[in-house]
Amino acid sequence: MDQIIRDKIKQVKKGDQAAFSDVVEYYQHKIYQHCYRMLGNAHEAEDMAQEAFIRAYVNIDSFDDGRKFSTWLYRIATNLTIDRIRKRKPDFFLDAEIKGTEGLDMYSQLASTYISPSDKVEGIELQRYIHHEISELPPKYRSIIILRYIEEFSLQEISEILDIPLGTVKTRIHRGREALRKRLRHV
Amino acid sequence: MNAHSESIALMHKYLDGDLNKTEEQKLQGHLEDCEDCQAHLRELKRTITLLQSAEHIKAPANFTDKVMNNLPKEKKRMIYKRWVKSHPFIVAAAVFFIFMLGGMFTDWNQDSQLVVSKQENLIIQGDTVIVPEGVVVEGDLLVKNGNLIIEGVIDGDVTIVNGELIESTSLDGEGLMASVGEINGELQTVNRMFDWLWYQIKSFFSGVFSTD
Repeated sequence: MDQIIRDKIKQVKKGDQAAFSDVVEYYQHKIYQHCYRMLGNAHEAEDMAQEAFIRAYVNIDSFDDGRKFSTWLYRIATNLTIDRIRKRKPDFFLDAEIKGTEGLDMYSQLASTYISPSDKVEGIELQRYIHHEISELPPKYRSIIILRYIEEFSLQEISEILDIPLGTVKTRIHRGREALRKRLRHV
Repeated sequence: MNAHSESIALMHKYLDGDLNKTEEQKLQGHLEDCEDCQAHLRELKRTITLLQSAEHIKAPANFTDKVMNNLPKEKKRMIYKRWVKSHPFIVAAAVFFIFMLGGMFTDWNQDSQLVVSKQENLIIQGDTVIVPEGVVVEGDLLVKNGNLIIEGVIDGDVTIVNGELIESTSLDGEGLMASVGEINGELQTVNRMFDWLWYQIKSFFSGVFSTD
């Protein structure tokens, strides 16, 4: 598959726009899922995943053929989602604590969609709960946890995707695991 | 660092596959006596299992089509740019040729003054250059924007640009007189643009490739 993608990229570089559709076809689910896990909602995820592919296409000439295309594509997607998270207005956060209350956030107001950890959650409910807990992590831990355990990249690959030293990846994955352990221990 | 936090650090190393033999024994030794740490490791492992069990989400239908429809249209300019990038030698040659051509045109158009490559022993009357009788010009002679009358001898090639060689002279008013001059080399008269161009190219290349 790698070789097929490599050939497609060469064609795209030569100006063959149609060859890019095979590239999108192949990576669409991975990139969409990555954006969805990073952003926590389907609407933004679709926007950002599309934007990631468009940017990859526009900047295809700056992609070095000697490297892995997936690494490059994930980097574009990760940077886009982190930018998006930064630009969100803080008052849009559902989990922001409501003033004058203690420990009450907007989730407690959305009784039907909020799943409390003490609930007996199974199947789809459990999936939603895990998803919610991932999206609660700070973005810099979130991206690493998603890349490691959902997309199953090695630590070395993650260091290349995020362009940070391997040591930093390890520190962050330790903290991310600890944070999630505390959140998921009651499940 | 107390024993617990040390063992937790070791657990993470273990989960990343970075544990060496002594560290492994150390962690194992601690876990045997410490139920808290056993629970901690169990929870970490369970967290990872939960994460890995997360369902794989698929992109919405028509995702590829949407992306393809939103791609910027390949612009003509981009195609040129790409072409220029992939053919640097042709581009360099073209640029060089344009400059050379430009240089020639300005040469041709701007100089309307009489130019003679050698002045010694030559008579210049208006736009006519005369090689007087008995004079021997050694080497090549170039006359630009003027006519040439040869009564003496030129020991080399003659090039006349934008002018002509006058065979006979009536300058002294004594009627026609055969030109008695002699050229011991080639005579070239360049009058038209194309000839001029050809002459320039020839002299350029003979300049570049001459061995002496």
